[in-house]
This record gives sequence, structure tokens and C-alpha cells, in this order.
Amino acid sequence: MGNIWVIFKRELVGYFATPIAYVFIVIFLFLSGIFTFYLGNFFERGQADLLPFFSFHPWLYLFLIPALAMRLWAEERKSGTIELLLTLPVTMAQAVLGKFLAAWAFTAIALALTFPMWITVNYLGNPDNGVILASYIGSLLMAGAFLAIGSCISAITKNQVIAFVITVVVCLAFILSGYPMVMDFFTGWAPQVIVDAISSFGFITHFSAITKGVIDLRDLIYFISLIAFWLFANAILIGVKKAD
Amino acid sequence: MPNNSAGEHDNRVTMQCLVELKQLRKSFGQLIAVDDVSFSVSRGEVLGFLGPNGAGKSTTMKIITGFLTPDAGRVTICGHDLAQAPLAVKRNIGYLPEGAPAYPDMTPARFLDFIAEIRGLHGPSKAARIADTVEKVNLGQVLHQPIETLSKGFKRRVGLAQAILHDPPVLILDEPTDGLDPNQKHEVRTLIKIMAAEKAIILSSHLLEEVDAVCTRAIIIAAGKVVADGTPHELEALSRYHNAVTLAVHGAPADIETVLKRVPGVASVKMLDDAGETRLLRIFPKSPEPIVAAISRAASEHHWQVEELYAERGRLDEVFRTITTKHQAIS
Repeated sequence: MGNIWVIFKRELVGYFATPIAYVFIVIFLFLSGIFTFYLGNFFERGQADLLPFFSFHPWLYLFLIPALAMRLWAEERKSGTIELLLTLPVTMAQAVLGKFLAAWAFTAIALALTFPMWITVNYLGNPDNGVILASYIGSLLMAGAFLAIGSCISAITKNQVIAFVITVVVCLAFILSGYPMVMDFFTGWAPQVIVDAISSFGFITHFSAITKGVIDLRDLIYFISLIAFWLFANAILIGVKKAD
Repeated sequence: MPNNSAGEHDNRVTMQCLVELKQLRKSFGQLIAVDDVSFSVSRGEVLGFLGPNGAGKSTTMKIITGFLTPDAGRVTICGHDLAQAPLAVKRNIGYLPEGAPAYPDMTPARFLDFIAEIRGLHGPSKAARIADTVEKVNLGQVLHQPIETLSKGFKRRVGLAQAILHDPPVLILDEPTDGLDPNQKHEVRTLIKIMAAEKAIILSSHLLEEVDAVCTRAIIIAAGKVVADGTPHELEALSRYHNAVTLAVHGAPADIETVLKRVPGVASVKMLDDAGETRLLRIFPKSPEPIVAAISRAASEHHWQVEELYAERGRLDEVFRTITTKHQAIS
């Protein structure tokens, strides 16, 4: 546990030692504002809620989170520090978790900085703050799933561009599963059970359930097991491929 | 998980053999990088790990430090088996990887703080260890500059500081002086010699002078195999220059070569330079016995005007070349 904390601290401080943190946060706030007010018709809807804000999060994360995750392991590989890190007395699990949690905490900070949105909607009307809180939690869980995918894919290459592109594609598949674009691949030949299973893997199904204000245990389990699965694969892949 | 780096190896300090490798093997696809390598290193030894590029030096070091898993064989560090207790092994090792990697956007101060915490150091003992190490490797003036802005010499020293920070009983240094200027090399070698008494140190190098300067023992590795193992002196004795005598005579007679060949113990004489007033010759002995005394006697008998007369200890680079090229030819 102590080692996870030490790695977590180093990573999180690292974000703020470089322009990455500031660029990411500014772009995140800027884009989430644009999406909410222009594409989401925040004012025209005349409703005191943050649904237009949250419903664009999957799309916002699709490009921003892979950009954050691509460096997690690819950079360690490229600079050779992976050899340093993995010959220190830490386990693979500690290293993977420490780095992932730091990236997740960083997205939590970025997400928390959208609080003016919450103030605005409270100033303009009487929103259901329980629903907003649930949506924030859902958004953070979804960000965690994106990050875990990105972390795992970043572990197999030292090229950050490749890590970024593959992560975007995998995340897109997770966003779109349940939609015809992905489902049409399967409906013709795959048995119905598998089609249903794939469509239930979609981020949006689970995320929109949470943004309605109901944190269902199944949605929680979905995101948490997704994170666990990708981080587990992450640790295995580094173990196998650390020499390359 | 227990996280005390000190307690665990305290009861083993009396043990002499700190590093033991048994029949290590590692291949990458078709390439056999390490082929049946076994050796051990005791406390007080500084082992020079020599070999041409790609001979398997770095791979062996990566296996010892637990970064790579061997295909076969065993590594035991301070009594801990690497496969069974990797964390205990890693606690007992300080490792400078090839190229001295460090997080480029950190300052040496923050970086060493991170390493110290992960090594389980806290509070005043952490501060004391860091201060001590910074002084040893002379990092004081760049402590708060990002590592990416440092010169090669300072980067190497940061890597070295990171390796010795927790005062480990075993040090594995992959090319510790690569890219340093002669003064910095001297500093690092002095530091290694100071630490040598209470540690087992393995350092790789392709500089043979380094082996002469710091190592108590040298291993030459070629194509993944150990091809020579001995003190630098013993290795030098393998050289055909071992005990060869170099002689410079002013106004030497024309028959000097024939005279020298008749001196007992002399195998052959080679004229190195006979263009000027002074002739320069090298005399090779028949057996490894010294012949310098006999040559000196012959010189005074014939009243030669000797300008230079010395016996060679042997040439490591020549031994190195002979051994490693012969080996490559076989494989």
C-alpha cells in the first residue's frame, strides 16, 4: 500500500511539473462548456439539470483520456525508466495501480473544476443535486474505464501515437457497442446471447443509467470490473513484454 | 507486505558470497543472449564484466536485478532466491541500468526523495541518507534543476546516487563511467573503491583501463558465454606481451637482434623502429618467466647505450581481442 502511495504521489506531481496538466484541464473545461451550451442547448431546454453537460462526456473522454493515458507506460518504455521502476522493490500490481490511480485522480481534479457548471444551474433553478452527484460519480467511473483501457494499451508500445490511436479505437468500440455501427458486425452471424452480451458492454447504456440519478449496483460492477480487467491485462502485458 | 529494507539483510551480513548465478540461460527468439553463465561474487570483490557489445553483459545484469526472467538457471542474492523472493532480492541490490535512466522532468532532489521512499526510508534517516549520497556523488549544485537539463556527467551521477542511496550490499552498475570525462571517471572509480570493502560490486564496461583501475576480478563474456575469469593480473598473463621486454638502444650494433636471440629464455625479437639513431626492439620470452634481468645483463656485457628497458605486464586489450574474436569464430 505504501509503495502505491509513493508512486501515486510521484505521478500526480509529475502532471503538474509539465504543461500537460494545464493544457489538459483548460481544454477539458473549454470543450465541456462548448458542448454543453452550443450542442447541448443548455439554455434553450429551459430545464435546471446538467444532462446536456454529462451526455457529452463519453465523446469528450474519447479523445482526451487516451491522450492522458498514452504516456503512462509508453513513456517509461521510451525513456528506459521502466527498467528502473521494475527493479525497485515494488510489485507489478503496485506499479500499475499507482500510475493508474494518479491518472484517475488527475481526471477527478479536472472533473471537479467543472463546478461552475453546477453553481450556474443552481443559480438558475432548483436542480436535483442528487442526480448531479450521481452523474459526477458515473462520469468519473467511466473516465476510469477509459483510462484503464488506455493504460493497458500504452503498455504494449513505446510509441505514444500508436498507443493513442489504438486506445481511441478500442474506446470508440466500447462507446458504440449497443449502436448499429458495432452491432451490425455481429447480428448476422453471432448467436443472440453474444449479441446481447456485446450490446450490454456499451459505456453509454451504463453511463446514461447513472445520469438518471440511479446508481445501480450492476452499473457500478460493470465499470469497476472493466477497470480491474484492463489493469490486470496491463500488468500481465508489461510482465511479458518488458524487455522489448 | 513488510517494507523494511534494513532488517532483512542484517542477519546475513556475515555471509561472504553475496551474488550467485547458476547456469543462467536467456534467449530472445533465435538469439541466445546468455548461455549457461555461472559465477559468484563475494563481499569485498569488484567484478569487472567485460565483453564486446551484444555479448550478453546487459542481459545478464537485467536478469540479476529481476528485470528479465531467465529461461533457466538460478540467481541468489544475499541468500534470497530471485524467483521465490524477488522483493527481498531487489531490496538488497542497487542498480544503475544502462544509460542511467531517470524521470526527466523531476529534479535530482525530488527523484532521490522518490527512490528513498520506495526503498522504505522515512523522516530523518531518509534526509540523512539523501544528504550523504548527494555529497558522495557530488550532486549538490544541480539538486534543483530538472534532470533533462543536466549534462551527461550529472545524469550519470544521479543514476549512481539512486543506486547507492539505500546503501545496498550488492551493487550492479551497467557502464557506470560511460560518457564521463577523465576527471569524472576518476571520481566515480574512487567512489567505487571506497565502497568496495563492504559490498559485492559488479560493473560492466568495455574500457579495459577501468578493469585495471578498480576491479579485483574480471570476467570476459562473449556470445553469451563466460570465456575468461580471473584477476586482472591473471588475465594479463594470458597475453603474449606478458613479460615481453621493450628495449631502446642508442647507436645499437647491426647484429643486436642475433645477440638478443641468444640470450637464455628469449623466444623471438621484433624490431619496432630502426630508422633513427635509436633502435627500438621488443623481446618475447619463451615461457612466462621474466627475462628482463637477462636482457639487462646482456646489455651491460655488450656496453649498449640503453635508453629504455622495461617489461610489460601484458595487455588486457590484446587478451580481450584474442579471446572474444576466437570465440566468435567458433560460434
